[in-house]
Amino acid sequence: MRYLDKDAIENIAIGAAFLGTGGGGDPYIGKLMALSAIEKNGPVKLYSVDEIEDEDFFIPAAMMGAPSVLIEKFPKGDEFVKVFQKLAKYLGKEKIAGTYPMEAGGVNSMIPIVVAAQLGLPLIDCDGMGRAFPELQMVTFHLDGISATPMAITDEKGNIGIFETIDNKWTERLARTATVEMGASALVSLYPTTGGQLKQSGVHHIITLSEKIGEIISAKNRDAKEKLQELLKLVSGYELFQGKIVDVIRETKGGFNLGKINLEGMEGYKNEKMKVHFQNENLIAEKNDQVVAMTPDLLCLVDYETLLPVTTESLKYGKRVRVIGLPAHEKWRTEKGIETAGPRYFGYDYDYVPMEELVKKVVAEHV
Amino acid sequence: MYKLGIDVGGTNTDAIILDANHSLVHCVKSPTSLDIKTGIETALQQLLKEANIDKTKITHAMLGTTQCTNAIVERKKLARVGVIRLGYPATASVLPYTAWPQDIIEKLSGNYALVHGGYEYDGQLLGELDEVEIKVLLEEWRDKVESIAVIGVFSSIKNDQEFRVRDIIQDVYGEEFPVSCSSLIGSVGLIERENATILNAALCKVIETTTKGFVQALKQEGIFGAEVYLCQNDGTLMSIDYAKQFPILTIACGPTNSIRGASYLAQVKNTMVLDVGGTTSDIGVLQDGFPRESSVAVEVGDIRTNFRMPDIISVGLGGGSIVRVNNGKITVGPDSVGYRIGQEAMVFGGETLTTTDIAVRLGLAEVGDKSLVEHIDEKFAIDVLLEISSIIEHAIDKMKTSSDDVQLVIVGGGSIIVPDTIRGVSDIIKPENGNVANAIGASIAQISGQYEQIYIYSRESREDSLKDAQEKAVNQAELAGAVPKTIELVEVEETPLAYHPENATRLRVKVVGEMR
Repeated sequence: MRYLDKDAIENIAIGAAFLGTGGGGDPYIGKLMALSAIEKNGPVKLYSVDEIEDEDFFIPAAMMGAPSVLIEKFPKGDEFVKVFQKLAKYLGKEKIAGTYPMEAGGVNSMIPIVVAAQLGLPLIDCDGMGRAFPELQMVTFHLDGISATPMAITDEKGNIGIFETIDNKWTERLARTATVEMGASALVSLYPTTGGQLKQSGVHHIITLSEKIGEIISAKNRDAKEKLQELLKLVSGYELFQGKIVDVIRETKGGFNLGKINLEGMEGYKNEKMKVHFQNENLIAEKNDQVVAMTPDLLCLVDYETLLPVTTESLKYGKRVRVIGLPAHEKWRTEKGIETAGPRYFGYDYDYVPMEELVKKVVAEHV
Repeated sequence: MYKLGIDVGGTNTDAIILDANHSLVHCVKSPTSLDIKTGIETALQQLLKEANIDKTKITHAMLGTTQCTNAIVERKKLARVGVIRLGYPATASVLPYTAWPQDIIEKLSGNYALVHGGYEYDGQLLGELDEVEIKVLLEEWRDKVESIAVIGVFSSIKNDQEFRVRDIIQDVYGEEFPVSCSSLIGSVGLIERENATILNAALCKVIETTTKGFVQALKQEGIFGAEVYLCQNDGTLMSIDYAKQFPILTIACGPTNSIRGASYLAQVKNTMVLDVGGTTSDIGVLQDGFPRESSVAVEVGDIRTNFRMPDIISVGLGGGSIVRVNNGKITVGPDSVGYRIGQEAMVFGGETLTTTDIAVRLGLAEVGDKSLVEHIDEKFAIDVLLEISSIIEHAIDKMKTSSDDVQLVIVGGGSIIVPDTIRGVSDIIKPENGNVANAIGASIAQISGQYEQIYIYSRESREDSLKDAQEKAVNQAELAGAVPKTIELVEVEETPLAYHPENATRLRVKVVGEMR
């Protein structure tokens, strides 16, 4: 067990935005919410998964909806107090032992910190993705057959809904509709889990990993190359490209931001091209028309010099970036994982090949 | 008739006079004083003494000044502000003044209240306004605040609540009491818009002194009949009354003025502009005669805001930048001998190697004593020039929106150090009188009006929406002092909003007209 203070939160916000692979919302407002909450209620306790009891009961907390709404209308802050009580009563549980994030991202890594501070609950060092994804069924608990419901959804006005659904895709559909009616941004609490299930199905140490990533990126007076090497080592990642954004094509379809980013190589990648496809999150990277990374593996764009993560909303011509690839958690690389969040689910005509193999292939051909 | 323009920069206060054809009659450069006011008076005095014109024929006087910026940066002369945010219970998780530096919160008295009100993203009511709640608050704040900032959730979509609160405040505290409404100041993004609105409210005393001081200085010099304007950061002017409502819009008007002045001198409307000073260079982009706006959050005095700002990048390269060799590698800047160039640069008998010395050595400029730099190796001088080119090339590339070559207009006192060819640039224009481009920009500015709102095209047709937005922008322009029949539409920006169930679009229009 350890405490998360202001510095830890600053670093987690950066690291989580990195793992958010372009999506996951504006890290600034998320960070302000978390910092305000600990200023008022004191630092938050962080437990590693090994420190929790198998029989204890845990509920995650997350924000659902449009990032563009969240920057204008953010939560009251104590919504979860009631929601947790309601959900516990509904489930017939007397005690909730802690909370945890659903995904890594600028906003959703911060919401559980707000909840933990307010309810005096411990935060558990795990999540259900190890990255960010757009839909509710895209979590490792779903892959292991855990039901998303009963789930609770609430807004700052005090409305609370409880859903019981026939499967997790229905949860996504119904929750999405409710979210729009609640003003395009809502707070959700789903996949109620036991300590045993968290140990079995969660992505462990994700908060600590985010914090370490943030520490490396925010270190002052250090050379970018040196920081990059340390970062790649920490996450077992690859630098896939260095380049300048020469074009961003965006469209909005079915409530998602879709698009393509065209990059022109620089430094060691002169005369080469890269194309990154995104749907809220970055999903596919093609270098010189050859695929080098695909979902569910992680594809992060960072500022060329500062290594600060770049969200898809802030992409624009002339920005210099590095493209970093990270292997996804092993649960995503199973048959069900690829079916749930692989290239074909998002409409790309590729069979999933792990990043390590793709990178090896490109290097071999290059030689 | 004549126009008089003054631009207060970090180093110099420039003053110029233009005739009816916008030709330069006379210009002076005088050092900027610590209090700014004395510097303006000195420049004005010198200008009028030397120009020898009929003062009664000065019809317009324009001031581009840094007083508001300085007040925020130095935390001086700021008003005590009360902040009213309409949105409770939403948004309580991040309260006003979160992440502000403590010293400025204290200066502003730190009074705030989160009350009922606000709208949803689609214009539905989030919360009803409680007028009793507002009145009770105002009784509590009586004599504690000198200015009030009103910020409603999604007021960029519907702002009637903000205006109602303004009316209540002026009913209770008097008609003259300064109230800043966020919907008129910033765009979507509550925290950033709130911060900009608070700063605007805090500047009400500074702008009062600034405008009074300028009018008085003009009177002292015998200029009585002139219309007086202040420069905004989008290259247009505002009347004194308008400036008193939106003092924050004067921030960063300096670089904007040089871009506009450069455009005027070079007679081009779409171009990139490089303004080379003594220590830094600013690069901006001119679109249809106006500077391109920044699309990201901008920090003013360590406070994150989102009000309109020109998209400018600054690099540490100027006429006084120091040239060094470190481990065989040539570096230029970012430090500079600055205003001491007349003593420290080699061509003036000093001992510091500057970019100006390199330019003189290579015959690009004739300043100081050429013989003092003859000993510099020519090959070395060329390498330094290549480094200068490379700094400029990188900066220009960052500002481009496509990979095509661009035209570049170069102005500013330090422009002699810039080589004649730059990669990524198709042609270079160095106009005459480029050293006072900023004051010229101040004098030729027009009057603008802007309006931004989210429209739902499936409910209100695109055509009607555009018309509505344009009408509101024209109203703004007239209020700011434009001649109605000269007002024309210069910019329409439509941003479709993701996640909205209906065809919602953020529409922003801008109109410009000749000054009254």
